[in-house]
Amino acid sequence: MKKVLSVIVLLLVCAVTYAGGYRVSLQGQRGLAMGHTGVAYVNSAEIAFFNPGGLVHLESKLSISVGGFGVFSDVKYQNTEFGTSSQTDSPTGTPLYLYAAYKLSEKSSVALAVYTPYGSTVEYPTDWSGSHLVNSIELSAIFIQPIFSTKLTENVSFGGGPILAIGGVNFNRNLTRSLTDENGNRSNVEVDASGVKGYGFSVGGYAKFSDKWSFGVNYRSRIDIEVEQGEGTATFSNVPNSPLAPTVNGDFDFTATLPLPAEWTVGVTYKPTDKWVLNADVNYAEWDIYNSLDLNFLNPDGSVALESINPRNYQNAWTLRLGAEYAVSDKFALRGGAYFDESPVQEGFFSPETPRNDSFGFTGGFSYNVTQKLAIDASFLYLAFREVDASYDAYTESGVEAPFAGTYRSSAFAPGLGLSYKL
Amino acid sequence: MKKYFNYIALPALALGLVACEPEFENEIEDGTVYTNGEANFSSYVAVGNSLTAGFADGALYITGQENSYPNIMAQQFALAGGGEFTQPLVSDNLGGLTLGGTQIANNRFVLATDANGNPGPAVLSGTPTTEITNVVTGPFNNVGVPGAKSFHLVAPGYGNVAGVPTGQANPYFARFASEANATVMGDALAANPSFFSLWIGNNDILGFATSGGAGVDQTGNLDPTTYGPNDITDPNVFASVYSQEVGLLVGSGAQGALVNIPDVTSIPFFTTVPSQAIPLDAGTAATLNAAFAAYNTQVLPGLASFGIITAEEAAARQITFAEGANFITIQDEDLTDISAIVQGPPFNLDPITAGLLSQLRQTTNDDLVPLTTAGVLGSTDQDFLNLLVSLGIPAEQAALQAINGVSRPLQDQFVLTSQEQELITAAQTQYNATIQALAQANDLAFVDARSALQVVANGGVSFNGGVLTSDFVTGGAFSLDGVHPTPRGYAFTANAIIDAINDQYGSTIPGVDIGSYATVAISNDVN
Repeated sequence: MKKVLSVIVLLLVCAVTYAGGYRVSLQGQRGLAMGHTGVAYVNSAEIAFFNPGGLVHLESKLSISVGGFGVFSDVKYQNTEFGTSSQTDSPTGTPLYLYAAYKLSEKSSVALAVYTPYGSTVEYPTDWSGSHLVNSIELSAIFIQPIFSTKLTENVSFGGGPILAIGGVNFNRNLTRSLTDENGNRSNVEVDASGVKGYGFSVGGYAKFSDKWSFGVNYRSRIDIEVEQGEGTATFSNVPNSPLAPTVNGDFDFTATLPLPAEWTVGVTYKPTDKWVLNADVNYAEWDIYNSLDLNFLNPDGSVALESINPRNYQNAWTLRLGAEYAVSDKFALRGGAYFDESPVQEGFFSPETPRNDSFGFTGGFSYNVTQKLAIDASFLYLAFREVDASYDAYTESGVEAPFAGTYRSSAFAPGLGLSYKL
Repeated sequence: MKKYFNYIALPALALGLVACEPEFENEIEDGTVYTNGEANFSSYVAVGNSLTAGFADGALYITGQENSYPNIMAQQFALAGGGEFTQPLVSDNLGGLTLGGTQIANNRFVLATDANGNPGPAVLSGTPTTEITNVVTGPFNNVGVPGAKSFHLVAPGYGNVAGVPTGQANPYFARFASEANATVMGDALAANPSFFSLWIGNNDILGFATSGGAGVDQTGNLDPTTYGPNDITDPNVFASVYSQEVGLLVGSGAQGALVNIPDVTSIPFFTTVPSQAIPLDAGTAATLNAAFAAYNTQVLPGLASFGIITAEEAAARQITFAEGANFITIQDEDLTDISAIVQGPPFNLDPITAGLLSQLRQTTNDDLVPLTTAGVLGSTDQDFLNLLVSLGIPAEQAALQAINGVSRPLQDQFVLTSQEQELITAAQTQYNATIQALAQANDLAFVDARSALQVVANGGVSFNGGVLTSDFVTGGAFSLDGVHPTPRGYAFTANAIIDAINDQYGSTIPGVDIGSYATVAISNDVN
């Protein structure tokens, strides 16, 4: 075990960056190791996230799963027409989760779930060639959710619960491609908000057809992280002293809405033998609500001093997931999986802030039962992206489109560790 | 446990290492995307004048230098074996110069708004810190010297600070000359160029042009030491020193690019103020026409009939006004001076009227009005007004006779007449022939900057996010002095030179995205 840990530590040393996109599917070691599947697989308290409807089928009185990931990701950009190139140097993302399920009776269970399904940390070199779109962005949202799950029949159950989402964003970009102050420092804006609350829910249903086959469906609602006046600060700096400039230096309140899209998941689990478990899940994320990221910078009286309209035009996207588990012994289970993740980003709207093209995820992991009650879970994700020629065409200066184009290549590696406890 | 270790950890490790570094198929950073062809960019040296130095907005300041075309090119050369590029950076972004603590050059222009919100150029406020006696030590890759003419590059002592107050030496070169007796060419060669660019000769005509032709066309005078700052350099002198300079650079084993001289009509300094610049209402036009009626119908035909002026000159000297925009009245030194003859019979005019008519005409669309004349047009010539009042003319009537460009014709230096333009074009054409011939003879890249800037001036050049034109303030190509480019204009220039270099040497150096470069700077931190 020590050796495995030391290898993981070794992996941490290759200090690369960025959490790809802003839906981060890292909500459990066991689920992730199987391609982030599990809507129809009742195995640990992770089911609280994957499908509250299946929660009641957990056999133990108390089930707890806790863990986290280190997300090392990297984006490279280059434009061969102009010879420009850049590479992100983002801090490590650390999505965490905690699920605690308690069995009230044979027919009902409750749980508390805390998880971080959305987030993004992208940090380009300051004033790089795309700095008018983004220098850096850090987006985080923690979901806290009480869950109730109950059986309709012996083999059919459902569950769900309200979600409190607490979001934060820090976003830095230059105002234009070339505006500077009198000393040549690029005019810049940084928006910062934290502790912004949003509300939603998730519900799920679970049906067990036989000892071999089960089916699950889950829906997690859209949650809007709405920054109201007074909840965040936009700081303009290096703006030249001129009424011809778009704004003045200093702090402004701002309003903005960042939608966290609704997500449907359906899946099946098939257990061909006692040792094998096969999962297949499909996600459908309703990204089309993310049409534009609009920020209004406010005067002290609440009137709009300046607005920033940033079209995104995301489209709904599918993710197809497969996973397998093999019980090597009573103590040890190996897992593997893969998925195809369709990007919600459309042609002409490929922004370096979320440089997300279609990707393939490859996952693996294991659980080791230290005792009957306690298991160590480990997993990893390698997210492979193809090199892509893309552009963001919706940026304008003086009403004229000025596309930001180039070649992107991303990669992400996320190793994780967790504990599962059952009583 | 141990036996499973290898199954998990090794693939994980392999994947992890892959994940560290996403790689492009053709990665710019690997240095394999671009090629230098037959050129060697390891030590690029740029020789020239203000354009090479990165001068803009009437001054030399740090961000201007950073956006000089040679510095932009050097960043691109670095993609194919180019080395470090050093510049004699000034001390601030104000741009003014001091000599012994006394300010000798103004800060740069910025675009400021007046009390009514109207934008216009104004001098950035602040105390300049670039003291020219604080000599910076080279060698430098950018040896662009603002104000230098072709023959200055080989003139010893051009960087001797002792000669600056008398105009014998250049304050910008004094800042970085390797010694008092150094030449610009000598300091350029000291940087060991493997590749060079030479863009010189603009000031050999530009001083004459911006002074409204106040200087002398020195064609035929082969001794440049006798030239004034506003004179046109003799084309043979130009050819002689230019071939000497090319010889020195090529003789050092370097390859390079020669850049020709653009037209003065490509720069907003001469294209912003229209020749038809005087707005008049119908009443004023009628009054003025009445005042000039005798001149048009009696004096001019009379002089023509005596054979003192030609019929063409008589026609060219007609003064007429109408409601709307009118041509400016000027004293054209190329016209016959009639002031003496009209004081005699049969005209018997008074000396003041005779002085008004001496070389009077109205501008035509062929004349160019310098940007600096805009502030004079329509203003009152106070000295002349005082003179008239002292002669007993009522102040109100005197004021009507002292309106610059209308009742009071502009002096020669306020307009570049078509005849003066012909002198410029004649010299420029010969300079450019010399430059192109020497490029061909030495297998150097020839950069037709003249044609490139003509395109900018006539319709403009599209880029990612707009169209680059020569319109003053709004066009994006020219800074607020109306002569020198903005960073975006310099980026456009760099691309034109890079194209010519790629053509000549088979290199594949990429141009830059000119939309990423700034245009005129805005600020109300002005005096």
